[in-house]
Amino acid sequence: MLIPFSWLSQYVDITLAPDELAHRLTMSGIEVGDVFTRGGWEGCVVGYVRATRPHPNADTLTLCEVDPGDGPPLEVVCGAPNVAAGQKICFARPGVMLMNMHNGRREELKPATIRGIVSEGMICSEAELEISDEHEGIIVLPDDAKVGTPLDDVLGDTFLELELTPNRGDCLSMLGVAREIGAITGQPVRVPEIGYAESDASAETLASVTIEDPDLCPRYTASVIAGISIGPSPQWLQERLNRAGLRPINNVVDVTNYVMLEFNQPLHAFDLDTVTDRHVVVRRASEGEEFTTLDGVKRKLSTENLLIADPAQAIGIGGVMGGANSEITASTTNMLLESATFHPLNNRRTSTDLNLRTEASLRFEKGLRPELAPIALRRATQLILETAGGQAAGGIIDVFPGGDTETPAVPLTVARLRQVLGMDLDIARAETVLASLGITTRRTGPDSLEADPPYWRSDIAIEEDLIEEVIRIIGYDEVPTTMLSSPIPYHQANPMTALKDGLRDALSAAGMQETISYPLVSIDDLNRLSVNGESGGGLALLRVANPMSVEQDIMRPTLAASILNTLAYNRGHNDGGFRLFEMGRAFIPQSTGLPVEREMVAGVMSGPRYDANWLSAGESLDFFDLSGTLATALGRVGIAVSLESHDHEMFHPGRCARVVVDAGSADGVGLIGELHPDIREAFDLGSDAVVYFEVRLDDLLEAGTNGGRFESLSRFPAANRDLALVVPADVPAARVQGLIERVRLVERAELFDVYAGESLPEGTRSLAFRIRFRAADRTLTAEDVNRAVNGLTRALEREAGATVRT
Amino acid sequence: MTNALSVQSIDQLTRDALDELNRIGEADGVEQWRVAYLGRRGKLTGLLRALPKLEPDQRREVGSRANQAKNALEEALARRTREIAQAALASQDALDVSLPGRPVVTGRLHPTTQIVREICAAFMAMGFSVVEGPEVELDHYNFEMLNIPAGHPARDMWNSLWIDYANEEGQQPMLLRTHTSPMQARVMEAQDPPVRVVVPGKCYRYEATDATHEWHFYQIEGLAVAEGITFADLKGTLYEFARRVFGEDRQIRFRCDYFPFVEPGVDMSISNFVDPETGRRPINRDEDWIEIMGAGMVHPRVLEGVGYDPQRYTGFAFGMGPERIGMLKYGIDDIRHFYRNDVRFLRQF
Repeated sequence: MLIPFSWLSQYVDITLAPDELAHRLTMSGIEVGDVFTRGGWEGCVVGYVRATRPHPNADTLTLCEVDPGDGPPLEVVCGAPNVAAGQKICFARPGVMLMNMHNGRREELKPATIRGIVSEGMICSEAELEISDEHEGIIVLPDDAKVGTPLDDVLGDTFLELELTPNRGDCLSMLGVAREIGAITGQPVRVPEIGYAESDASAETLASVTIEDPDLCPRYTASVIAGISIGPSPQWLQERLNRAGLRPINNVVDVTNYVMLEFNQPLHAFDLDTVTDRHVVVRRASEGEEFTTLDGVKRKLSTENLLIADPAQAIGIGGVMGGANSEITASTTNMLLESATFHPLNNRRTSTDLNLRTEASLRFEKGLRPELAPIALRRATQLILETAGGQAAGGIIDVFPGGDTETPAVPLTVARLRQVLGMDLDIARAETVLASLGITTRRTGPDSLEADPPYWRSDIAIEEDLIEEVIRIIGYDEVPTTMLSSPIPYHQANPMTALKDGLRDALSAAGMQETISYPLVSIDDLNRLSVNGESGGGLALLRVANPMSVEQDIMRPTLAASILNTLAYNRGHNDGGFRLFEMGRAFIPQSTGLPVEREMVAGVMSGPRYDANWLSAGESLDFFDLSGTLATALGRVGIAVSLESHDHEMFHPGRCARVVVDAGSADGVGLIGELHPDIREAFDLGSDAVVYFEVRLDDLLEAGTNGGRFESLSRFPAANRDLALVVPADVPAARVQGLIERVRLVERAELFDVYAGESLPEGTRSLAFRIRFRAADRTLTAEDVNRAVNGLTRALEREAGATVRT
Repeated sequence: MTNALSVQSIDQLTRDALDELNRIGEADGVEQWRVAYLGRRGKLTGLLRALPKLEPDQRREVGSRANQAKNALEEALARRTREIAQAALASQDALDVSLPGRPVVTGRLHPTTQIVREICAAFMAMGFSVVEGPEVELDHYNFEMLNIPAGHPARDMWNSLWIDYANEEGQQPMLLRTHTSPMQARVMEAQDPPVRVVVPGKCYRYEATDATHEWHFYQIEGLAVAEGITFADLKGTLYEFARRVFGEDRQIRFRCDYFPFVEPGVDMSISNFVDPETGRRPINRDEDWIEIMGAGMVHPRVLEGVGYDPQRYTGFAFGMGPERIGMLKYGIDDIRHFYRNDVRFLRQF
């Protein structure tokens, strides 16, 4: 909303500097996005074109005799087609700083010889004065502009650009803003006096109005004016509309727009002679009814749309746009002026459905009070009589089915002010502030009052609204600063949040970088995850109905695509090995209701294990880097896991495992493995192996942790034995280790060598363990250890076919 | 015996022994020297065997000198032993201490995680609990329960991404939550007052991205409801938050703003960064303040909606964007860095 000071100051004296005013408005809830000034045209004055004649050497140029007001007339060459004798124009003498349209720079105007004639100045367009880009025609000033007046005094202005919140539709008008300024600065607000001569014939006899759907149109007021003559508006009116950003059209339409900007009430003018039976019917459209709006577009309507109609046909869409069939034309002489109140939600729905947001709907959708309609109607009628002539019929038509129900007063008590704000404000101070906003109040007790919401405000309905009115004008700085003194609620720990935090810390400490990516992915991303070519990887998908792009239209059912894309992006921008993890949700649609949001963690590694360095060779990250990191991190949060060989289409055959929680069910909580080369290629991940894991945190949480239980420390020494075992190649090392650690006196076993080769029988390999024996109650003898080793080898032979390598 | 026992002969022996010791270069020689002079059959011991034969006067003088000599030689022995050991260590290969150390790989938390934690920690210190909620939300919680009915113009403040799912009435009831505020109603429905929670989480808006706007971002919502909670408490709580996260000398400021689920509604700004010229934090111009969150007193209709008595209970709510806070704290110039996940960016935090 653009507010020119030249117009605003008609209603309130502006006693603050523009920047200070903008600040104060912003602090009290009317945000000023920008303050800017038009002018600074030093040396430019109002000139008068006394006479013109054609340029002898150029058809498109005109020689003008310009009176600058302070000396003899000057000869000026002008190229604008609209220049004419008798005009008041913007005149710039040589030496003045102006925008040079040829190079786009502001520079000094120099005397110029144009086609052999010396031009002693310039008649300016809007572009040269930097008012707009318009440079085809010159600016023609109002006839009453005084020749010789500095142009700044005529065209200069200061503007506020408002960024309004949806509750403050009242400030879509000059008077609304003026009232805010009045409250802030203590200045009185001048509301225009409304009055005009009325003829004997009453409006109600000249036209009639029926509201068929009062739920959508609570009030409809109208005046009737006969004998108007349509033409351009007076220049002051055109100038005001221009400065507020609206295009002048004709005297009647301009007045309706002017009053809308003045009082916030949209109005519409009908050519009364086109209205059948001079009878307006406000009704819902019939399903599929077609109607052509003023902009020439034929629109198909539904019963949810409210029409302004006559007995024969529709003539407007209520509160949105009028119709071409009834609009004011050059030949209109009798008119009906509408000022009505429409239901905000319905109005908004109609303008949204029709994709037709207008200045009118912008205001109606925020809610206008029915009390405003007749006030604006009379104001507009007055101005039309002044600008288009004619005779106003007596009185107005006012159909207001709910008119006898009073708007309830809103209470305010000192106790509630204290309860909400935490400060003591006496009722007199509240009264003063509310009065400065034009809100009428009555005392209902020594510390209470009730207020009548004023006709221009539709956002004041409850006590808290009044509290905000009071404190926003006083300023929040006056509220004291205290700490919460209410009881602290019992702190409910959230195990999932704790697990996520713990795992994040553990994974990052174990060398992995956390990433966070967009949860919306594309079907292509998911297809790339499927070697078997199943669409979307065979997963049920949760789609967005109005995606911003096809790249982002599915809520991800897995983190894999996200983190692989993150890896691909980084491979393109950075050297080195990558260890990345992401914690986020996978979305699994349900047949009804909200989807399951499954907390997941996924990680990926690829590239060299270390940056090039002098201490280690350039090896690549592999499966065991990732499995070691994952086991370490999970161990850090108290969860011991094993990996069991598994097959899954995402992974290289034979290089994939299920992650199984030792203490949990056998189903597993996730997958880990080396990515299938086809998928690696599909995500453009280069030639290095890519290893990936994903773990479902809800399953992890369910499996539980085994940490937090103290085990006493033995004070007796341990004995170590190294044992190399020849084991069938298909027996997992973890199984052998498990068998060893099950034996009595074995404290732990560490696998320190794996060997397969010529010296071993076909189909076997050697696993070498360092086994630590310890007893809680005594020092072990060599005999104890030997017995334990013997028992252990027998068990290994029996259960895993293992023999001791000699 | 050429060296009769006398003060002179002890002094002579001491000089000879020390000369010899100083010429010895390795540990073995030192041990031989010790045996030669201080051992049971050593020269000093041998010399002193004649002590009892001396006259009592002389015996006292010589005996005292002999003790001094023994102490001197033992001290010299200890010193020389240390010197030789030190020289032996020094002769081993020295390290080029400037060589890079053995690589240890560490990861870092995403900056959003770090900021969210820092913010939540500030509120947890004031008795708030952390709760999380669904990212795919019902219109009912995202809007209706927050006093934003269907068709309300305020819905324009939250352009939404809707889930492609229609219920039996043909409506699309699910969307990607546009804020974490829906947890206000979910938390209050699940418990009686007092309530004190912060809700971090992802949010989504149908919005073009630029340096200061993302369609996917985090929000931290806060809610405190009990008997006796006032706007003054809101000021105190957020002031304490601002000091913890931004430093002791920050000031805060509130201006009137509008969110349908609070009344009165405000926007909180913090005083901007230190002016490098003056070392002060100017606060007299609007550009000296940066808006960091919306807040206000919980709207009575929101309390009524969850069955709380709005005449008895009052409360405040606030919501902030951790990315914006992080941008201010770390001087990040473009919000799009956060979720592009370039490790060159992520490793800076």
